[in-house]
Amino acid sequence: MSEKNNLLPSGLPRIESLEMRGIVKKFPGVLANDHVDFDVQAGEIHALLGENGAGKSTLMKILYGLYQPEEGEILLNGERIEIHSPTDSINHGIGMIHQHFMLVDNVTVAENVALGLKSSKGMRLDLDVVSARIRELADKYHLQVNPNAIISKLAVGERQRVEIVKALYRGAALLVLDEPTAVLTPQEVDDLFVIFKQMAADGHALIFISHKLNEIFALTHRVTVLRDGKLIGTVNTSDVTKADLANMMVGREVLLTRDRQPRETGEARLVLENVNAFNDDGQSVLKNISFEVRSGEIVGVAGVSGNGQRPLAEAIAGLQKVENGRVLMAGSDVTNFTPAQMFDTGLSYIPEERMHDGCIKNFSVAENAILQDYVRPPFSKGIFLNFKAIASHAQELIESFNVKTPSQETLIKNLSGGNIQKLILARELAREPHVLIAAQPTRGVDIGATEYIHGQLLRQRAAGLATLLISEDLDEVKAMSDRIVVLYGGEIMGIVKSDEVTIAQLGLMMAGERADEVFAA
Amino acid sequence: MNLEIILHAGLATGTVLLFAAIGEIFAERAGILNLGVEGMMLLGAMAGFSTSLSTGNVWLGLLAAIIAGGILSLAHGLVTIHFQADQVVSGLSLTFLGTGLALVLGEGLSGQSPQLVPAFNIPLLSQIPFIGPVFFANHSLLVYLGYLLIPFTWYYIFRMRPGMHLRAVGEKPDAADTMGVSVYGTRYFYVFIGGCLAGLAGATISLSVSPGWYSTQTTSGQGWIAIGLVIFAQWNPWRAALGAYLFGALRRGILDLQGPAILLGFANPLYVNSNYGFFLQMTPYILTILALIIGSRQAIKKRLGAPAALGVPYIRGERGL
Repeated sequence: MSEKNNLLPSGLPRIESLEMRGIVKKFPGVLANDHVDFDVQAGEIHALLGENGAGKSTLMKILYGLYQPEEGEILLNGERIEIHSPTDSINHGIGMIHQHFMLVDNVTVAENVALGLKSSKGMRLDLDVVSARIRELADKYHLQVNPNAIISKLAVGERQRVEIVKALYRGAALLVLDEPTAVLTPQEVDDLFVIFKQMAADGHALIFISHKLNEIFALTHRVTVLRDGKLIGTVNTSDVTKADLANMMVGREVLLTRDRQPRETGEARLVLENVNAFNDDGQSVLKNISFEVRSGEIVGVAGVSGNGQRPLAEAIAGLQKVENGRVLMAGSDVTNFTPAQMFDTGLSYIPEERMHDGCIKNFSVAENAILQDYVRPPFSKGIFLNFKAIASHAQELIESFNVKTPSQETLIKNLSGGNIQKLILARELAREPHVLIAAQPTRGVDIGATEYIHGQLLRQRAAGLATLLISEDLDEVKAMSDRIVVLYGGEIMGIVKSDEVTIAQLGLMMAGERADEVFAA
Repeated sequence: MNLEIILHAGLATGTVLLFAAIGEIFAERAGILNLGVEGMMLLGAMAGFSTSLSTGNVWLGLLAAIIAGGILSLAHGLVTIHFQADQVVSGLSLTFLGTGLALVLGEGLSGQSPQLVPAFNIPLLSQIPFIGPVFFANHSLLVYLGYLLIPFTWYYIFRMRPGMHLRAVGEKPDAADTMGVSVYGTRYFYVFIGGCLAGLAGATISLSVSPGWYSTQTTSGQGWIAIGLVIFAQWNPWRAALGAYLFGALRRGILDLQGPAILLGFANPLYVNSNYGFFLQMTPYILTILALIIGSRQAIKKRLGAPAALGVPYIRGERGL
């Protein structure tokens, strides 16, 4: 190989190989990484797969110098290196794209890139020099980035490109991508994947953290699976199936497809008529929202995060003031009812912030199981609580919903996300609601619990429950829903039957095109 | 009532607020709200006065004031940066701590007269009609220093590399951290700078503007006004300077306004009942309440353009990082 071929388009040398050996990282009460081995080569996209809490992010934070391991070593091109801080790892040519944007919002792209770098003009800023270099890099990597744009004015897809430029500018030869697609539309994901593939072809090494199996098959060469902090195995992506990977992640057979039987829908239970709402800053967050959810129907709400999903759920649950328009439950007007009044009308609500809105983290499992109904018999009489009734109720929920907890006196914050979510679902369904709003019911929940929650939602559908399923996971919305409402900027772009729409069409609507435009094309 | 005299005195009084407000701008731009300005100023006023008195050297006095304010501010830094405590609570306690220390250590200083900061005319500039006598004549060195501090602060924050790091740490500390900027180091440094400037502001009172040690009356709530000014200035040194000088002139103006019976053709309320002047003396406390409300309301902070991470402790590894 000639000298020139060993250089990246940015003019820097490649990282031929990076190896992490026997990494151990302990947190109080948890072994986050238990002798994990991992390696990546130049030109390769290597997926790191595992459920939440499996230790993927911990491993990568060790590589990036944000955590120090208790044991293990890191080898770069066969030589042992020490990484104590992000600065060390940057100096070794390692870049990281974090799950959440690491951008200062109210300044320009160039200023974000220059952050933490030495200026060629001493103490003065050299943004003109930085901008020129950004243009040069953008050109070489075919990234559309304007160095003078203010971050807060950029779309999320553009921000992701800024993150890439930031890493490249610092000479990253190896890039760690921590769930980089979480907030992107399907089209933006496709664009991003083209960039990643090109970067790998140019000799970069890429580590791709994800729990979305589709993305792993679309992008990567090898997959390393972690479970409970342990290395389960490293395989070539082309040698395995989705089911194989799911089994490796969970440790048992997993049902990846949900069987949604066709079903006649019943009467309209929840109806929204031209609902409008504003946030604390006086900006419109819901614009003329009208739809209905019928008995025996799951209506999905799709959209990129922050396009009105949360205000929509909260407007129905009584947590967000409806400025004008009406919310009807079983035909009667319940607009701007308080949450307690809404519960009395037969609404159950699984909020998207499980730890924040869905439970009280320092309360026990049993106490969390009666958060709305503690005022009613049999749980209380006058001002006294009936602990016997509470305990037997909690025990029933734990058993029937398969919640894994040491005891019902355990504080709920000590349970895993999946088990907390199962308990919340159990609590809400035990109230025998007419309408259920499930906001992000499986976000951050392991595959096993997701499978269980989906099964429960479908069983309730069969029993006639009207469900509004709000999710950012497009595959989930598509598989579970009978009809899909697509939100963009607080407006409905279209309401479509889920069997008659493709993911690509949904993606266009999530990006702001109306259903009639999408289907006309 | 002479406009020239009021403005001249206003610039001198305003210099106190200017130092304190610019110090607070530095701290808040780094994301640390320090409500202890009043305490740091009082300690600075005492330290400066006492040192100048005992050594006979006013420059040592100013240095002592700067160091005293700076050291006291590090207590706030330790509590809020390292131990991630609530910044409002810690800042308020800092005021009590500073005030208490100053009163104990300043016991017996009243009535003494140390060496003061010299005043002088700026050659040529002081000859300009009206502007010369107001801005460039017979002012203490500290007033002229204040003039220079304003453009320097602006240039530093918005045009220099350390200033950009300062803003990044206050806006999005996790972004700064991943780019190799030390969040804790940056925050400690600017909390310290804020303390130094507050100490200097205190000494500006006791060694220049209204020389003497009058226990808590020395600063009489000007630290709180400085904190309020920072918000109204929207963390911009030019606007802070304008506000500081305006408030300075106002403080001085109140005294002058009590003189005439007729003001702009109306009966002068301050002449009719001098107690009305107390309303103006309430401003520090009203500003304090405003500062507290704004400091605790995310929506208001956003609208005013406050540093996004103001008041939020930074813990590496939290919130997804």
